[in-house]
Formats: sequence, C-alpha cells, structure tokens
Amino acid sequence: MSAHGTFLRHHFANPEQQKESAVLGMWVFIAQEILFFGGLFATYLVYRTSYPYAFADAAGHLDWKLGAVNTVVLIFSSFTMAMAVHAAAHGKHEAIVAWLLATILLGAVFLGVKAVEYGDKFEHHLVPGRHFQYTPHHEANLAADPDLAKHAQLYYSLYFGMTGLHALHMVIGIPILGWIAWRASRGEFSAAYDSPVEITGLYWHFVDIVWIFLFPLLYLIGAH
Amino acid sequence: MSQDLHADAEAHASVPLYLGVFAALLVLTGITVAAARVDFGVFNNVVALGIAFTKALLVIAFFMHVRWAGKLVVLVVGSGFVFLGILCFFLMSDYVSRTWSLLAG
Repeated sequence: MSAHGTFLRHHFANPEQQKESAVLGMWVFIAQEILFFGGLFATYLVYRTSYPYAFADAAGHLDWKLGAVNTVVLIFSSFTMAMAVHAAAHGKHEAIVAWLLATILLGAVFLGVKAVEYGDKFEHHLVPGRHFQYTPHHEANLAADPDLAKHAQLYYSLYFGMTGLHALHMVIGIPILGWIAWRASRGEFSAAYDSPVEITGLYWHFVDIVWIFLFPLLYLIGAH
Repeated sequence: MSQDLHADAEAHASVPLYLGVFAALLVLTGITVAAARVDFGVFNNVVALGIAFTKALLVIAFFMHVRWAGKLVVLVVGSGFVFLGILCFFLMSDYVSRTWSLLAG
C-alpha cells in the first residue's frame, strides 16, 4: 500500500487489478454506447433503404468539404489523445497536459465547424419542423420519389439526431479532458497510476469512431 | 497474464506506431472521399462501410490498445458489435420481407 501511495483503493489487491477493472468497466460502458448510437444507425438503415433517392438528395445539401475537414480534425484529436495516454504511461506530467490541451483545442475546432454547419441549415430551412422547406438538389430525384420533401425531412431528423448526440458526447468529453489535464498538472498520475487518462482516452476514441461512420453515411451518399 | 495488460500495451505501443496509424486513418479518409465521387452503384455502400470498419478497427486495435488486451476486453468489445449486428439483421429481415407474400399472385 505505502509503495503505491494513496491511489490504490482498499477493495483491490494491487494497482494492476485496479487498472484492469477500470479499463474493463469503461469497455462495458462503451459496449452500451455502441447500442445507444446503434438504435439511430439501425433507424438510418431502415429509412435509407426505404427512401434512397430522398436520402441521396438531402445529403447533397450538406457541405462534404466541411465534413471531411472535421473528420481530419477528429482523427488528429484521437492521435493527440493517444499521445497523452502514452505520456501518462511514462509518467511525463507536462507532456500529458500539453497533449490533452491539444485534444481539447481540436475538439473545440470540430464543434465550431459543426456550429457553422448547423447555422447554415437553420438559414436554409433544413431543420425539421414547421419551418422546414425543401428544394430538390437534383430534379431527377423528385421524379423518382414524389414525397421527396417529406422523406428529406426524415433524413434531416436523423442528421440532427445523430450528429447532435455525437456533438453532445464531445461537449461532455471536453470538460472531462480539462479535469484530467488539471489533475495531471498537479502530478497525480504516474507510470503506476494512469488509468484515469487511459479510460478518458477510450471514451474520446469511441467518439472518434462514431464520427468515422457518420461522415460517409451522412455526407458522402449523394456525391456521385 | 492479463495482469500486465497495460504494461504490455505501452511496451508495444510507440510514437512511430501511433504516427503510422494516424497516417493510415488520413489516407483511408482520402480514399473514402474519392470513392464516393465515383458511381459504383450499390458497391459505393460496400466500399464506404468497408473503409469505415477498417478505420474503426485501427483505432480500436492500436489507439485503444485492444491489440494487446486480454480476452475479456476483446469479448466485451466484440459483444457490442455482435448485438448491433443482431439488431440490424432482424430489423431488416422484417422490413425487407414485408412485401413478400406466401400466396403466389
């Protein structure tokens, strides 16, 4: 006990067991998260196969370049997060703080781009509800699906639902990164005790994975 | 064995490895964008999802250390995706077969 300081809780035999439990617990949470987002992905699958023309047409109104920029930003933030975990495993306090701050900055850039995109959708009446107005991207799609506007609204409901839930995860993740960075700056972590950095990393990487699927499914389906 | 799971992970993980994964993820993003601009019919979806799963696997295996994790962690990660697969399979088997009829004509 004394050799490992105060971080070892009394119900664990040793630091390794404590860390293994923390990591496993985080993965159980992530498995739940897969199914939480999975409900939305399954809904998307049903409506995309039901109304392929409306979904392709509605996706044409998104700016895929902004989506691609955000994909790169988020992948970059996953890399900086992996570097923060790497620094923690080697007990380098200053490096942990620096990499976590970089991750926070990249997360903020992502949310900023998302805010610009959402603003654009409000301006163009593409937010589902009573003010929704739809102009077909390609007239051919209107011929293939007479209820194009109605089904495009379904696409935008899923667009805001899925990207909104994803953004909410980032809004929750950024303060957690800040908290971990603050604890790292106080020298709380070491090679023997780095599980808070490790499991925060698991959360952040999961959020990145969700976006890896959202980008092609929402932005790229109308590109060709 | 799995007791030194993380000592293990960080013994294998290195900055060049993380840089390599980062580069691979960027290249795959470029391929996704390029492939989406060509019309492959239904295969556009196959290509897009194939690349997305490859990217997810890279993140899970290396950034999330599952490559070096014990069997229990692999089981939990896998179960999330297996149950998502079950959800999608039975949901679609319903929607796809709704228009089918047991009676010909």
